[in-house]
Amino acid sequence: MNRREKEEYLREYSILKSQGKPFFPYAVAKDGAMACVTMAVIILMAVLFGAELGPKADPTTTTYSPRPEWYFFFLFELLRVVKPPALVFVATIGIPTICLMLLLLLPFYDRNPERHPLKRPIAMIGAVATVAAMGYLTVLGALAGPPSQVDIYVAPEYERGAEVAASAGCLGCHRIGHNGNTLGPDLTNIGDRLGRDAIARTLVNPTAPMPSYEALRENDPEQFNQLVDFIASLRADNPHSEPEGDGSGH
Amino acid sequence: MSLVPKFMRPAPPRPTERDGAAPTPAQRAKANAAEGGAGLVGYLDERTGASPFLRGFLFRKVPKGTNWFYTLGSATMFAFVSQAVTGVFLAMYYEPDPTRAYTSAAHITNDVFLGELVRGMHRWGATVMIILIFLHMGRTFVFGAYKYPRELNWVIGVVLVVLTLMMGLTGYLLPFDQRSFWATVVGVNINASGPIMGPYLADFMRGGAEFGQSTLSRFYAMHMMLIPGLIGALIGAHLYLVSKLGTSAPPWLKAEKKSLKREEI
Repeated sequence: MNRREKEEYLREYSILKSQGKPFFPYAVAKDGAMACVTMAVIILMAVLFGAELGPKADPTTTTYSPRPEWYFFFLFELLRVVKPPALVFVATIGIPTICLMLLLLLPFYDRNPERHPLKRPIAMIGAVATVAAMGYLTVLGALAGPPSQVDIYVAPEYERGAEVAASAGCLGCHRIGHNGNTLGPDLTNIGDRLGRDAIARTLVNPTAPMPSYEALRENDPEQFNQLVDFIASLRADNPHSEPEGDGSGH
Repeated sequence: MSLVPKFMRPAPPRPTERDGAAPTPAQRAKANAAEGGAGLVGYLDERTGASPFLRGFLFRKVPKGTNWFYTLGSATMFAFVSQAVTGVFLAMYYEPDPTRAYTSAAHITNDVFLGELVRGMHRWGATVMIILIFLHMGRTFVFGAYKYPRELNWVIGVVLVVLTLMMGLTGYLLPFDQRSFWATVVGVNINASGPIMGPYLADFMRGGAEFGQSTLSRFYAMHMMLIPGLIGALIGAHLYLVSKLGTSAPPWLKAEKKSLKREEI
């Protein structure tokens, strides 16, 4: 804004202000009504949804899947969108920092003297795009399972096994559907290549560096069997809702 | 009427308007009573000089055309006040110690009178405050109210948004259940992945290389002292600038050209 535009704005604003009403009681009344609505909503939500308290924090388990508060979903989702490990810092720090700087410095680079939203098409398109992107990521985050969850369709009888697989840390090295790493062989269609017994043998007596699951078999044979059943069920002819091209193995 | 502060009372009569007759005892008693009632307000006013400020703040004019969207800011502040009040009550029972935190949170939820309601209000108040602050920012953006001369108030507002999100992050750990613990571990690790400053920032938040006693104490101190203090101070600055610069008018109102336009049409 140049000097003429500034003075023009101040003059016009002083006229509008002089035609207005005093803050007290007119604006205060509206603010008070809004405060009552806010209080009512907070109490209503507290009564309806309560304050849940999950199981006690246990730092020795590494299997619990982290779940942030919903207003951080968009940041978490950014992590899942950016896959290559070398670029993770772009998603975690880079993009949020740049967006924050753009937001903070908005009045200093948006020097358009127009204030009417319809006369600021670029600013409004930018804002709508930002809100849409954040909304989209938030919805994705709300719908997606936590990072250590197996996302593919699992038949009900194998669900317990899928949970064991997720919490046993298989995905740290192996890939199942869209989740997991490519360090070890892809398990998406492992059932085509190995039978149930072969899978059980591999779990107990694996090729290094995979850890042995013999301890699990000794301590909790039921869980071990569920795990083996689940992995053996991962076959191409089983419907897991995921696109083609992932079952080729690495 | 005697309790009405000085700046709201009608001006006293001029010396020339006073009649010379001496007041009767009854009149004098009445006047003394009035003086005595206003005495406290007058006493404070004389020593603080608050009435010009209050008059300027309360009776400043708000431009024509302001609507319900203009209440979002004060509603956000109200949500913050609600968080502060419920937070004080929670702090009376909460113990920021890794072995006791969960037990005390469970104690608040299950045993303390109205404990679950207050904890629920604090938990959902956070959500309401986040929604309100983003709506308030959206209103400011759409109305172009961040432009001259209110640029600095926009900057303060964005800092308040970041601080509010930090309140959400630090408060999430405090119940110390599985969900909050692991979400915070990941949140701090995300900070650690940042270039240059990242690892130091994460170490600062954890109070060391590992999650432990000092992490919870730090999050507790940040959540109930550092960040709320900053938020309170910045709300003060924000309000000062609002009253100084005036509430912005809706951008579709044009004062000067109104008469001209009517003629053109």
